[in-house]
Amino acid sequence: MAERLAAYRALLGAQARSQAAYRTSFVVDLVGNVGATVFDVVTVLVLFGVTRELGGFTLREALVIVGLSSFAFATADLLVGNIERLPRYVRTGLFDAVLVRPLGALPQLLLMDLPLRKVSRALFGLAVLVVAVTSAGIDWTPARLVLVLVAPLAAVVFFGAVFVTTATVSFYWIDSGELANSVTYGGRDFTSYPVTVYGGWFRTLFAYGMGFAFVSYHPALALLGRADPLGLPAWAGWASPVVALVAAAVAATAWRVGVRHYRSTGS
Amino acid sequence: MSQVIDVRGLRKEFTVRVKAGRLRREKRVVTAVDGVDLRVERGEMLGYIGPNGAGKSTTLKMLTGVLMPSAGEVRVCGLRPVAERTRLALRIGVVFGQRSQLWWDLPLRDSFDLLRHVYRVPAAEHATRLRRCRDLLDLDEFLDTPVRQLSLGQRMRGELTAALLHGPEVLFLDEPTIGLDVVSKQAVRGFLAELGRASDTTLVLTTHDLADIERLCRRLVVIDHGRVVHDGSIAALHSRYGSRRLVVAELDTALPAPPTLPGAPLHRVEADGHRLVFALESAGVAEVVAGLAGLAALRDISIVEPDIEEVVARLYRSPAQV
Repeated sequence: MAERLAAYRALLGAQARSQAAYRTSFVVDLVGNVGATVFDVVTVLVLFGVTRELGGFTLREALVIVGLSSFAFATADLLVGNIERLPRYVRTGLFDAVLVRPLGALPQLLLMDLPLRKVSRALFGLAVLVVAVTSAGIDWTPARLVLVLVAPLAAVVFFGAVFVTTATVSFYWIDSGELANSVTYGGRDFTSYPVTVYGGWFRTLFAYGMGFAFVSYHPALALLGRADPLGLPAWAGWASPVVALVAAAVAATAWRVGVRHYRSTGS
Repeated sequence: MSQVIDVRGLRKEFTVRVKAGRLRREKRVVTAVDGVDLRVERGEMLGYIGPNGAGKSTTLKMLTGVLMPSAGEVRVCGLRPVAERTRLALRIGVVFGQRSQLWWDLPLRDSFDLLRHVYRVPAAEHATRLRRCRDLLDLDEFLDTPVRQLSLGQRMRGELTAALLHGPEVLFLDEPTIGLDVVSKQAVRGFLAELGRASDTTLVLTTHDLADIERLCRRLVVIDHGRVVHDGSIAALHSRYGSRRLVVAELDTALPAPPTLPGAPLHRVEADGHRLVFALESAGVAEVVAGLAGLAALRDISIVEPDIEEVVARLYRSPAQV
């Protein structure tokens, strides 16, 4: 096991050195990548320029939701997001190449193509989250201190699982990129706002069918000590690690089945 | 177990969707590998050839754990390739001529170092094997060059090294000489020949270049339409398909009548009767030369080896002969 970890660490180091080979473009990307996440936050700020409340939440409260969502999405995108390039890995033969090595295929692909320039986004998301939770007037209890550490990590795992699950669709259908994006980027946008702003079947599907309500909305309610206007009990705010683990299990299964399907069709 | 590779009744079917009409698509099952049996002993060097689409690469992918067989039994080093993929990976080396195991943006040296970690090879063992490859393949001049800047020939020498640093028991090579210039081809063949001579590494090689086979392999498996159509020595292939060695005799003066030699029928008469070509059947070269020497003044004698390319081309064209 320790030897495997050393192997994965070596792969990560190689990826870092590969990207350092293009230093200028790396720095430009580093700066440019913050842009996308800044926009998420600015959009919310602009909205509060025209309204004082959004779905029953004040700006400070809504920022907790935004902070959780952008930190989690940006971090998951950094760690797992490039798996959306799976069709390219299959086409270039990288997928076959990792299958003949004595390591897991998914970790190899993730580490060999880790987009380190996205680190700036994750850090910006973290900054937003820290500012939001420190300025929201949270009544800090030991339980909430635990939650403020666990909820963002659970949200990262959840988004990571979404990335992997949607990417596996391309094992069956190569041009599934747009569909995958609508779930991943759609999920990020969805989780940037209180679910109370959405309505009907759309909310039911995204929030509870897919579990996106547990990324930022319910943990934020628990941190802020607010009851759910939609009537879910208070424990819902603490359910996010469980939801994340379920999502991870679904992703692992989808990946395994997808690889088996690839093996039975070939290229 | 001395059999490194044991394959019985191996099949691979692909489902493809083909257009049938404007919107309708039909599923069609294509059989890429159709009941292949293959047993390879430790240390054997096996040439696996066939026309495009015959199922060569598909077979290799099933032997290395990349693809799952539709039916049949496969054991490589006693392991089931797909189910025990990572364990098998430690014991085999794979070179796909058109795909790379190297890190594009890093110096070649770094890829070798990374593979040491990936395959968990003790540093001393790794250093010994790398030293040997550096000597035999002349890697030193481009060891510090990023892989993306290497020529194809240099890269292929790097790929071979990469596949051997963990000391695999079986080396699978899928078209290792494709696109290489003559000098690089020679280097690769020479290296593989040396590998086969100096170790008991088993070698399975697919290629379109029959010179690879003639130089390296005593055993040849020909596959066509997913089936094995020949499994045996190159000589057996020749005798089975009637290709013969030729003796070309240059004469000072043309003979008045074409001579008849027992066991070596006259194949062709060229250059106005000054050049006679005999096909060797039961007679040996010496008998032909002795027979001719009694009839005419010989200027030169040469022997033409049968052309495997021609035999294989005939084989591909006539699957019905099987």
